[in-house]
Amino acid sequence: MSHSPGNSLSGPVRRGPGHQTLIHGVKVSTSTLIPPSYPGLRRLLDGGQVAGCSEYKLSASDADYRVLCSIRLQPASRGKMAAHLTNGRVNLNILREAARKELREFLDKCAGSKAIVWDEYLTGPFGLIAQYSLLKEHEVEKMFTLKGGRLPPADVKNIIFFVRPRLELMDIIAENVFSDKSNSRDYHILFVPRRSMLCEQRLKEQGVLGSFTNIDEYILDLIPYDGDLLSMESEGAFRECYLENDQTTLYHTAKGLMTLQALYGTIPQIYGKGDCARHVANMMLRMKREFAGSQNQILPVFDTLLLLDRNVDLLTPLATQLTYEGLIDEIYGITNGYVKLPPEKFAQKKQGEGSKDLPTEPKKLQLNSAEELYAEIRDKNFNAVGAALSKKAKIISAAFEERHNAKTVGEIKQFVSQLPHMQAARSSLANHTSIAELIKDLTTSEAFFDNLTVEQEFMTGVDTDKVNTYIEDCISQKDPLIKVLRLMCMQSVCNNGLKQKVLDFYKREILQTYGYEHMLTLNNLEKTGLLKLQTNSRNNYPTIRKTLKLWMEDANEQTPNDISYVYSGYAPLSVRLTQVLARPGWRSIEEVLKMLPGPHFEERQQLPAGLHKKRQQGENRTTLVFFLGGVTYAEITALRFLSQMEDSGMEYIIATTKLINGSSWIKSLMDHPETQIP
Amino acid sequence: MAFITANWNPLGEAFYRKVELYEMSWVLRDGLRDSLVAAAPYGGPIAVMKESQCLSPSVRPQLDIYTASGVTMATFPWKSGPVVQLGWSVSEELLCVQQDGTVLIYDLTGAFLRHFSMGQEVVQSHVSEAKIFHSPYGTGVAIVTGSSRFTLATNIDDLKLRRLPEVPGLQGAPSCWAVLNQDRQTKVLLANGPELYLLDNTCCTSVVLPGGSPLDGVFVHIAVSFSYKYLALFTDTGHLWTGLANLQDKLSEVDTKIRSPPKQMVWCRRPQTQQPSVVVLWERLLLVVAVGGDTVQYPLDEACVCVGELDGVRLLSPSRHELLQEVPLVCEDIFKIASMGPGALLLEAHKEYQKSSQKADEYLREIKEQGMLGDAVRQCVEAAGHEQHTHTQKALLRAASFGKCFLTNLSPEAFVSVCRDLRVLNAVRDPSIGIPLTHTQYKQMTVQVLIDRLVYRRLYPLAIEVCRYLKTPEYQGVSRILRHWACSKVQQKGESDEVMVRCISGRLADSPGISYSHIASKAYDSGRTELAIKLLDYEARSGEQVPLLLKMRRSQLALSKAIESGDTDLVYTVVSYVKNEMNRGDFFMTLRNQPVALSLYRQFCKLQEQETLKDLYNQDDDHQELANYYVSASYREKRLEARLSVLQSAVDEYNKAKNEFSSKATEEEMRLLRFQRKLDDEKGAGLLGLSLQATMEALLASGLQKQADHLYRDFRVSDKRYWWLKLKSLAEKEEWEELEKFSKSKKSPVGYLPFVEVCMKKSNKYEAKKYVTKVTPEQRVRAHLTIEDVEGAADAAIERRSEAEIGTVISHCSSSSSSSQRLLLDKLQRALTTANRK
Repeated sequence: MSHSPGNSLSGPVRRGPGHQTLIHGVKVSTSTLIPPSYPGLRRLLDGGQVAGCSEYKLSASDADYRVLCSIRLQPASRGKMAAHLTNGRVNLNILREAARKELREFLDKCAGSKAIVWDEYLTGPFGLIAQYSLLKEHEVEKMFTLKGGRLPPADVKNIIFFVRPRLELMDIIAENVFSDKSNSRDYHILFVPRRSMLCEQRLKEQGVLGSFTNIDEYILDLIPYDGDLLSMESEGAFRECYLENDQTTLYHTAKGLMTLQALYGTIPQIYGKGDCARHVANMMLRMKREFAGSQNQILPVFDTLLLLDRNVDLLTPLATQLTYEGLIDEIYGITNGYVKLPPEKFAQKKQGEGSKDLPTEPKKLQLNSAEELYAEIRDKNFNAVGAALSKKAKIISAAFEERHNAKTVGEIKQFVSQLPHMQAARSSLANHTSIAELIKDLTTSEAFFDNLTVEQEFMTGVDTDKVNTYIEDCISQKDPLIKVLRLMCMQSVCNNGLKQKVLDFYKREILQTYGYEHMLTLNNLEKTGLLKLQTNSRNNYPTIRKTLKLWMEDANEQTPNDISYVYSGYAPLSVRLTQVLARPGWRSIEEVLKMLPGPHFEERQQLPAGLHKKRQQGENRTTLVFFLGGVTYAEITALRFLSQMEDSGMEYIIATTKLINGSSWIKSLMDHPETQIP
Repeated sequence: MAFITANWNPLGEAFYRKVELYEMSWVLRDGLRDSLVAAAPYGGPIAVMKESQCLSPSVRPQLDIYTASGVTMATFPWKSGPVVQLGWSVSEELLCVQQDGTVLIYDLTGAFLRHFSMGQEVVQSHVSEAKIFHSPYGTGVAIVTGSSRFTLATNIDDLKLRRLPEVPGLQGAPSCWAVLNQDRQTKVLLANGPELYLLDNTCCTSVVLPGGSPLDGVFVHIAVSFSYKYLALFTDTGHLWTGLANLQDKLSEVDTKIRSPPKQMVWCRRPQTQQPSVVVLWERLLLVVAVGGDTVQYPLDEACVCVGELDGVRLLSPSRHELLQEVPLVCEDIFKIASMGPGALLLEAHKEYQKSSQKADEYLREIKEQGMLGDAVRQCVEAAGHEQHTHTQKALLRAASFGKCFLTNLSPEAFVSVCRDLRVLNAVRDPSIGIPLTHTQYKQMTVQVLIDRLVYRRLYPLAIEVCRYLKTPEYQGVSRILRHWACSKVQQKGESDEVMVRCISGRLADSPGISYSHIASKAYDSGRTELAIKLLDYEARSGEQVPLLLKMRRSQLALSKAIESGDTDLVYTVVSYVKNEMNRGDFFMTLRNQPVALSLYRQFCKLQEQETLKDLYNQDDDHQELANYYVSASYREKRLEARLSVLQSAVDEYNKAKNEFSSKATEEEMRLLRFQRKLDDEKGAGLLGLSLQATMEALLASGLQKQADHLYRDFRVSDKRYWWLKLKSLAEKEEWEELEKFSKSKKSPVGYLPFVEVCMKKSNKYEAKKYVTKVTPEQRVRAHLTIEDVEGAADAAIERRSEAEIGTVISHCSSSSSSSQRLLLDKLQRALTTANRK
């Protein structure tokens, strides 16, 4: 909203039409005081399902209030529901619908046909909110990727730039606008997730700011990713926070949490560990104070918020994930909920056709809990997936066999009615069998086994203070640098730093083998603490490992009884912290908490009277665990496992800046100076 | 009830009434004669000023501002130039149009706010007449100059002057003119003698009144209705023409038989009017001319001013303030003599009831028999809203309440809201407040605006009272009022900053949504910077503090507040502001004290200003980062020499940072680059830019063994890595003899399994076998398996009695089913059990 200093008391305010009308010479102000912009307000108005609308008159201007009323008359969500978001304990679809609504409203603001010019980075996250069909319904006829030079020809009334607030993108936009000769067009910018004065200043300097009819922001902080998962899809979050000391993402995190609280109620308890967690909590508490008066009157859905810094647990992402979903991510990489797989295994074998025309395009699959089979097997240790798949195969073929038993017309009809579902299940089974085969080829390889052995040695504290011959061999063999770095960092983390000699040796080997330019990358790793020089202090990793039971000898992969099954023995530290917090509480591990970086804290947020939950006997509490700097699929799996444990009494919803794995994580910390020498 | 209709006059089919609003408490020396008088609509304030031509040039006229009841709000001597016209804006600011085209704006208390000019040329030609009008865009000013040119400004808050085209044949001032609002356009209708012209932005059109023009006279007066929908023209022959303002339709034409030009002419209508009329004012006569042709005359004994309202006309005289309006239909229904309307009966019934007369029952029955009781109640409620006198209001409301008792399903909403509205209206109508709003006007203007107006008048306690009574949400009600109170408070002089801050924070403490930054900016505007800073401390939203702090040039404070807000964009904004404001050294020093800002600025520089980044590190003596900067900069250099010199800088910085490793590594890099260049020049090897390992690989591949060895020694490459490299290269070239020689050159630091593996990579099982025996026992199983010798592997495994290894071998032979395989399997199984037992 505007920072307009004026108000009707000191003279009429200039605002957009609709806010102020003059009838017969008297100013009839719809609202003479626009309250401070409340981040969640728009979401909240659009959410439709929030309770107690009247309270929002407090913060809604009159005009907005009218919107509120009209919206509440409509069904909360129209159009395609996202099935995967509604089956969790918390209905995250409210958030998605709110985001969709806002998008539609913006598009309608630009009347006429439109073309969207995308900051390529945003297309993935937007895919989680809206498909192309939604855009099409609102007269989006063309889509381009933002790049320098001239805009591709398009016969449209509006050109809309969907961009992150980045200066370099502003320069490209300016170039686009300048070179566009048709002057009958309207230009618009939609900043995601927030508009920026700095960028507008740059546009002004470039002399194009005046060309834009609308400059708006689309607040997309937390994107619903799955039924129990929210992600900000902010790739560089860890690098920003821990390497560059740039707290932009943390600010967005705090804002996103405020939006979330506007929709799902104030979260009464906040716990946290780490510097970033502290910073986010501080910002949240301050933002809450800033909007004192616009009290949130929704019964809280979340009981607790746990903010965890990624650098509290540097070890977990480095380890190879051994769940089905984790392995898919490790090997093929899941981006924005999609995975691209080699096509060979997925060739459609039809009768009469040879396997001549193998598809060459990678097979793209969406992976989320909407797919029944995937929801069932994603969280299993990979060693248990085969059995699950074959069991499923039996069930499905039995179901198909049913047709022989169907005798009466009624029975046949019923069978036919189930057919689409069964066919979907069958194709889903075929897909996952293929994926599992692909993964199996890899996991049974010698290299995978060796790698895993070394990882487990490190995690159990075997010879972590010496040069590891496997790492040395990997370097000699010129294995992928990321793999080498991952192992090296792991050794350093498990040894609370490496001895000077060991560290220098590794670094030298790397520089000589992969090139001196990696000096910068190594430097980055040292700055973030992933690699470090062992100082005189004691190696406290064994203490942490023992106290938190990070290594479980007899991890049961088939029917797990502890979270350690997700890494076949290693229980992720971050999840252990979460588990201990729920029971018996962090007080029991004060010593260990002190060994981990950053402060740990607890804050309480006052709830308005009457909103204190009266808990039913045996009703679970809900905790939102927020990983600042990224979370792995295996950690999510471990938290899901805790939710399902009968006696845990706690359900977990996971939020993060970005879904990561060791490789994507290390990659985000690498610097690639490009050589100019011809 | 006869007295209620005493001031009613029939006009056509309707009645008109003149209600006294106030006895004016002002004391005017010469009445309203020869004065500029401006009264704002909606019961607004009145400004009075003696016309300048009536005073001797040496005397300064007095400008007085009164409430509608005549209470003085402000009075001050006019010190600027001669004033042509006074008028009020929609937000009750007083506009004074001077002869030279300057428009001065004052607030209700007589404080000067700002001024603007109606154009340069006006300074010469002078404003001969001006009109202040209200349009959907705001308050506008229209003037006509001595040289007969019109200039318009449709919104004084967004000033755009529009000079209208010339009117052909117009010399001097037009005989009369008015501003029209049509199709979202502002136009001027003017009469030049008997001719009418319509002026818009682009052209001047001559127009003819519809319905023929029997008026042969000269137009002397034009009046536009409150809603700009109707138009009335008066000719010097005494004819009054009425019609639509779009000049398409005529309503009527009436001969008033009065030929002298009127002083004022105003439309008198109301929403759902029965009988609209035009009020024409002469010195001694007020004539109400109905569109139908009927007239009512009111003789006047003193000079009057008419003020057009939404639902009537107010008459302002030195002694009285009256409202002339058409009697609303409901009131007529109830109070008309011998009315049998349901409302009238109900009122009567209640009156009888109060007298404990049984007639009450009769009346009630009569209404109920007609099934009109609901209507009766509604009528009474509605009529109560239209009545000015409290006892009439009470009588009507009591009657309504009485009637309500006999109804079961009547919604009480209307009753309650009228009661509330009247309570508020009666409070503001009180002579001490002096806002004579009618219910219709109140509904049109909304509570919000009424509260604004109370606040303009600094009637804070009443405004707060109204908000509390109406249960207006704090944000829109009490908080807003308090904020305005605080804003005006900080503009007062005299009190010390401390007292002021304590007073304001004490009063505002627990009101939600108070913007202290807004109050602070007011304090700053009135020159109290220190007070502003103190007040800003109370602002909860750090982000809000920043713009003002920047404006006050407290950039350091702004920076820390921006950081506190966590909004990095805001930090960037302040940083870029500070950067332009300070010299470089100070700027860097400022950043140095603000690590968050510093790292953000570094990010900015990394992407935008690499050179500045260097300076930043230099300033901070951050040698490590500076060295890293040089390293990455070296890759941007195109020429090798340049690159080497940048790298040398990196070495120096690493040394200063006591980072021995990096400095050595960088030196190594330089050495390698020189070596590569030399060899490239000599042999055209194309090595430049390769890593050391890749360089040696390339050298070995092209047979430059000696050079490779030189690098190996010179760079102290680990034996292991070099052996790997060498044996791989030999195998690649299939130089098996060389490989064998190499294996025997000394004890292999990588063991012999790699030899097996490289041979197998080239599928040379024969050569591979040579090395199997040399492999250490630990790796022997693997070696056998590599050359696909399961039996050998089995033997080795059994010999080692290693459970895991036996398992591995088993997993390797399970695929085949020949008899020898089966034998082998049995053997292994047996061994496994023994190993287990052990």
